[in-house]
Amino acid sequence: MVVSCEEVWREISNYLDGEIDPDLRFAIDEHLRGCNHCTAVLMGTGNVIQLYGDERMTELPPGFSERLHQRLSANMSGRRSFLGWIVTAAAAVVAVGAFEAGRFSSSNQPEVRSEHTRTGTGVPPGMMVVVSAEGKTFHVPGCRFIHDKAVRTVTARVAIKEGYTPCVRCMKEFLRA
Amino acid sequence: MLKKPTPPKTPADQPGERELIYRIKNGEHDLFYELIQPHERKIFAAAFTILRNETDAEDAVQEAALKAFKHIADFRAESQFGTWLIQITINEARMRRRKEHADIVQPIADRRDEEGNYVPRDFADWREIPSAALERKELRQMLTEALASLGEKYREIFMLRDMQHLSIEETANTLGISAASAKVRLLRARLMLRDLLAPGLDGSWTREQSYAKGKVSW
Repeated sequence: MVVSCEEVWREISNYLDGEIDPDLRFAIDEHLRGCNHCTAVLMGTGNVIQLYGDERMTELPPGFSERLHQRLSANMSGRRSFLGWIVTAAAAVVAVGAFEAGRFSSSNQPEVRSEHTRTGTGVPPGMMVVVSAEGKTFHVPGCRFIHDKAVRTVTARVAIKEGYTPCVRCMKEFLRA
Repeated sequence: MLKKPTPPKTPADQPGERELIYRIKNGEHDLFYELIQPHERKIFAAAFTILRNETDAEDAVQEAALKAFKHIADFRAESQFGTWLIQITINEARMRRRKEHADIVQPIADRRDEEGNYVPRDFADWREIPSAALERKELRQMLTEALASLGEKYREIFMLRDMQHLSIEETANTLGISAASAKVRLLRARLMLRDLLAPGLDGSWTREQSYAKGKVSW
């Protein structure tokens, strides 16, 4: 069997995937021995498959996993397991205690650092967030909208108390709520 | 002549996934993140291939993960969780794409002869590039841009078959097309990518020296 260049191009995928009749494979191998063009196309296509198939090809944006985890946790709060409920209840008792203690020390609402933003009333108070001295908003760690490199990690309650407001990007779920 | 590239072991092959699903279905919802975490990279790649924008792809992944959680009770044990998750992600990404009409990049025209077969346009010799070269951001960027320049149907099929390592049948089912059409489309996608990349990837990636800007001709 003799095959033309066009026939080789038509079968390249099947050839590389190993889904080809043995006689046709033999004929293509024979053709490739004498055809530099088809060899270049075959080798190049094999390279394409190899490179794109490598896991390293995809790089996750910084903080991607944390934000996904946060989003899932926030939406699972209404569907917790029994153990989850116990943990949540215990956390709520601690949070209420802390809130009451805070109320006695300062009865005023915190003064927000920017008049264009909203206070983070929907954000779980115990959630760990990051803030920067020059910034006006607080973020999920790794949020790409943090402009300053020097950040510190605090609870959302502390951030709100200090006048920070939630980032409208990484905290949008809580703002909607 | 060339060996068939071996797909990496997928997270679906990992033992324990079925047990995790069973426990989540029985109320241990907090385990869902553990279940989804090994698939993060793949579902992001799926969403990014369709939307071509990191922020939109991340939003689509989050939404898809929430939908998967909501419908975990519908997941059947005979299916692969990874494939099911990719299907949900693709649907989510496609929905967003339709909403936003985000086709900013004009797809390259595919070259066909009178019989409708794709004709390669470049016969540059392309030496094998070691996968370790993927550590270089410039190479990843070049590959990402090449894939983004294909039309949607070619991006999707290539992503499912060659990046997610689904079989031709699974790929065809996911896209709702026949296996024969899937094969034709896949061949064109692969050849178009080779045409796009071959002139730039002339073997310089196999050498030790760092990549010089401006070396790539497209």
